[in-house]
Amino acid sequence: MSSLSYAAPATVDEAIGLLAGASGLAKVLSGGTDLLVQLRSGRTRPALIVDTKKIPGIIGIREVDGGFVIGAATSGAMIGEHAALAAVYPGVVEATNLIGSTQVQGRASLAGNLCNASPAADSVPAMIAAGATAVIAGPKGRRTVPVEQVVTGPGRTSLARDEFIVEFHLPKRAPRSADAYLRFIPRTEMDIAVVGAGVNVTLDAAGVCTAARVSLGAVAPTALLVADCAAALVGSKLDEHALAKLDLAARDACKPIDDKRGTIDFRIKVAGVLARRAAAIAFERAAARS
Amino acid sequence: MTFIGNKSDLKVVGTRPVRPDGVDKVTGRATFGADYTMPGMLMGRVKRSPHAHARIVSIDASKALALPGVKGVVTAADFPDIPSEEAFVGEGPMNFRDLSLNCIARGKVLYEGHAVAAVCAISDEVAAAACDLIDVTYEVLPHVIDVEAAMAPDAPLLHADMFTANVTPKPEKPSNIAKKVHFTVGDVAAGFAQADVIVEGHYSTQPVHQAYIEPHACIASAGADGQCHIISSSQGHFMIRAYVAKLLGMEMSNLKVTPAEIGGGFGGKTVVYLEPLALAMARKTGRPVKMVMTREDVFRATGPTSGAVIDVKLGATKDGIITAAQAVLKYQAGAFAGSPVQPGCMCAFAMYDLKNVDVVGYDVVSNRPKVAAYRAPGAPIASFAAESAVDDLARKLGMDPIALREKNAAKAGTKTAYGVTFAEIGYEQVLAAAKNHPHWKAPLGPNQGRGIATGFWFNIGGESSASVFINEDGSVNVVSGSPDIGGSRASMAMMAAEVLGIPVEHVRPIVADTASIGFTHVTGGSRVTYATGMATVQAAENVIEQLKTRAAMIWDIPPEAVEWKDGQAVPAGANAGGFDPLPLAAIALKAAKTGGPIGAEVSLNAQGAGPGFGAHICDVEVDKETGHVTVLRYTAVQDVGRAIHPSYVEGQIQGGAVQGIGWALNEEYVYNTKGLMDNAGFLDYRVPVASDLPMIEAVMVEVPNPRHPFGVRGVGEVPIVPPMAAVANAIRGALGIRMHALPMSPPKLRAAVDSGVG
Amino acid sequence: MSKIHVTTTVNGEPAEFLCQPGNSLLDALRDDLNLTGSKEGCSSGDCGACSVIVDGRLVCSCLMLAVEAEGKSITTIEGIANGDVLHPLQRKFLEHAALQCGFCTPGFLVAAKALLDHNPDPTETEARYWLAGNLCRCTGYDKIIRAVLDAAAEMRAGAPAGE
Repeated sequence: MSSLSYAAPATVDEAIGLLAGASGLAKVLSGGTDLLVQLRSGRTRPALIVDTKKIPGIIGIREVDGGFVIGAATSGAMIGEHAALAAVYPGVVEATNLIGSTQVQGRASLAGNLCNASPAADSVPAMIAAGATAVIAGPKGRRTVPVEQVVTGPGRTSLARDEFIVEFHLPKRAPRSADAYLRFIPRTEMDIAVVGAGVNVTLDAAGVCTAARVSLGAVAPTALLVADCAAALVGSKLDEHALAKLDLAARDACKPIDDKRGTIDFRIKVAGVLARRAAAIAFERAAARS
Repeated sequence: MTFIGNKSDLKVVGTRPVRPDGVDKVTGRATFGADYTMPGMLMGRVKRSPHAHARIVSIDASKALALPGVKGVVTAADFPDIPSEEAFVGEGPMNFRDLSLNCIARGKVLYEGHAVAAVCAISDEVAAAACDLIDVTYEVLPHVIDVEAAMAPDAPLLHADMFTANVTPKPEKPSNIAKKVHFTVGDVAAGFAQADVIVEGHYSTQPVHQAYIEPHACIASAGADGQCHIISSSQGHFMIRAYVAKLLGMEMSNLKVTPAEIGGGFGGKTVVYLEPLALAMARKTGRPVKMVMTREDVFRATGPTSGAVIDVKLGATKDGIITAAQAVLKYQAGAFAGSPVQPGCMCAFAMYDLKNVDVVGYDVVSNRPKVAAYRAPGAPIASFAAESAVDDLARKLGMDPIALREKNAAKAGTKTAYGVTFAEIGYEQVLAAAKNHPHWKAPLGPNQGRGIATGFWFNIGGESSASVFINEDGSVNVVSGSPDIGGSRASMAMMAAEVLGIPVEHVRPIVADTASIGFTHVTGGSRVTYATGMATVQAAENVIEQLKTRAAMIWDIPPEAVEWKDGQAVPAGANAGGFDPLPLAAIALKAAKTGGPIGAEVSLNAQGAGPGFGAHICDVEVDKETGHVTVLRYTAVQDVGRAIHPSYVEGQIQGGAVQGIGWALNEEYVYNTKGLMDNAGFLDYRVPVASDLPMIEAVMVEVPNPRHPFGVRGVGEVPIVPPMAAVANAIRGALGIRMHALPMSPPKLRAAVDSGVG
Repeated sequence: MSKIHVTTTVNGEPAEFLCQPGNSLLDALRDDLNLTGSKEGCSSGDCGACSVIVDGRLVCSCLMLAVEAEGKSITTIEGIANGDVLHPLQRKFLEHAALQCGFCTPGFLVAAKALLDHNPDPTETEARYWLAGNLCRCTGYDKIIRAVLDAAAEMRAGAPAGE
């Protein structure tokens, strides 16, 4: 029989204290859409669940210094309804809204999607491409780390047991910048990404790419930030040559596995396809944001 | 029995009233299997095998029984070790011994998820914890998953006593091949010699689950006097009674089974899994036991339909006469004999009038859950291969695929390869409706393709019981023994109302328990509207005779002088007397004075179910870079005989087509190298979701079946037969590549695009 | 281990129950509040049969802890009709024969209500994507989508001005 306890702390410090003091495994609850499935299946058997949603500020979106601060437990539905965020970071928003069903959107959060540490999490490549950072609270205070440094492997993160994410920061945008995220799934909804590709670009007035970040999901143990993909884009107007280089760089970066969702060969090929398609969308959006 | 062939004579049949069980179902009041509780109820759980194939060395439940709140554990030792005996209670062949061993393993586990013990406790949490505490020691054995590997001479053997049936001489060694079937007419060698064009193909399909949204659930109680009660959601409570009584060694009269509302079955709820375990524990503890499967249990331990490997070869003359058709079908049965390979063999070419046919089938066991019936069992698998080959033949001949089918179409008088000669059938009418449908000629865009495929299903009749009671106020109850899985209460009420000549709103249909109505076979084989409908109609006709007799008594004239018209008794003619019509309600009011309650029950074994044919047209668009297929448009034409409630007939056609689209594109069982299922959940067992689909246009062709009073043919199964080939033929059109393996999932399609070979 | 006492609002009325920390909201609704209209089809958030609306958001009640219901307002299938008067969606489901076995129906109705609360004039595509988290194995979705769009049209036509 389980000896599970539940706590809903009202402050960050209280949450940290609970996490630090737990007698066994402690799990942070934000949206819970992964945690409850794992509880039910017995894949995780925590001693304590710390529900963070009562902590002020952990749900909500603020515009700060031209960028955005997204509370760790903000639901996908709230993120999707935030018009300003969707205008500036359409890729992050569309990636977040791809997670699960409408029902899952009512609960699922960025922190949960990230800390579940699945290589196929949809919001993660988009956040990495966007240059998002996570603010992690712990006994020694807060630290800010790039999203790509949070997950260290399937099911594993760089967070200490007494740490949790309180918010994400999306930086202020340069002009003519935009992002896009595409994923491939066998159906049209309800599947886990077989491949995901997030692309974030900045163009100059002539439409030439001056900066780019490209991240691929579900093709390696963690979401990848692929410098060679970015290099293929920088200096280009996304001509055929750049697209071919991007496709090749994406394929070269993949280290996927064969599983129930796709084969190695398929994932590698589709990574190239999605990188190209997402880049085209990002370029078009960036050009429109002049 | 009357036959109403003229549609304009019908007042209720063919209309679309709100179904009588509808309001409960849209308000959450309808009670399904898991919604019942009983006082003192315990919760039961099943301990399942983690191995694909293993010998059970020992089961130690002492730690589980020591856990506070645990009330009982059962293993195979608690059940009679029953001998081999064929049972024809469910849908398709079943052996009582196999069924018993499938419900609870004895000596060996034969697939991952196979039940080895069950436990009951004061709560589900305690029962689950107790399950973990049951120690089972296994000796793991080599396993075999795939059908052709299981047929190999050196394959791991599941059953030491399995010698292939229907082979002479009897094989010297046991094997995993349970049975060989063979249907042949004419001389296929001669037929191929006459052919100008020959096509051949090697096809494979994967097992697919019925994937009803309601997991299996039941609650069982046992009285101290041995009288027992089960409430469960199934496709046949008489089937539950027969199976449970046999497996527990009980007399049937001591077991009452009450049908709960059933949350989908599609054939998969025509067998028992939990009920024998729940009742065994109820008898052991003296308390009611409720058991509900998890979704994972449903996937790992209940029957999908077979995966198969099929070789097909067709020959035709230049002008499109098919001269020979040959196929070899190898079907997975799961862990016990009994795949639907025989109906698969029978249906493969049943749409065609052929002189030379040779079909061989093998029923093969492997370390997978035992297959269960799934909508037109066996036919969709065979038709995927056969109708893909027919499409190839049309392409090779340069003929329109409908024209080729018309040229070879079965019609009244066609003798099938399995020996039956068709009476009135509607295949030609179905093909004509498809050809004339605007969809068939609509333009297509780039990367798009259109496919057509057709399908056949026998439909069955069988044993049914129904009664019609006239209440004192003139309202009517129709009682039947057929669980309602898709609106059959509505059609029973409508048929009774039509016969009685009263508004359907006055007819209240119910499904009665096994002690309250005569034996009724399972809801399956597309038989309910036909057979139970026939019993309902006959009971209503019997009631009319009684009503006429009562009216005659009231009027004091001979019964022959009374006619029944528009729900009232009227004098048969001027000579009978000048009486005002007596409405049903007026006669009902005087029933006590004219002989007592008015009602009739009819039990029958309906023969002459009319076969059904369908033709499906599918448009797809293929993303060549990702292999993703979008179904753009879908039209399903079917001969439905006569639609009693057209909306629910359309619903059957649409639902069957969509299940077929899932089968075609994404549904499959994924096994790892240990023989364990990797995708036992709705996340990775990918049934179609709403956004995957267009509207499904259902076109009803009505060629009435003269052996049913209203011309009914079964409609539920035909629509799942054509879709796989219809989708494959559409993909062939879009890509120029013939896909031979289901599901035609994105990785397979992308690989086919890259290699040019499907 | 002691249970947790939860006070909440279900279908507009105060409700309270005791739960284990690991129980889902679905467990509480079905087993403690006897609201069995919400169905368990998967317990993994993949079928939508347990859909409920919590503080205006559509969620799977199998994916929410029962204890999280504290202080929330929950609408279940039992609260969709107004007394004996069916919601237009319920009526349209009946008129269009948008159910066969009826097991997925409560979840679809709750999800469809959330859709129309959020978007009174959805396109077919919007309705299909919104409802993609609700599995139906019987109908092929055709009649469900038609019923939802028809109910939306009726509600738009019937909505008094200013509402």
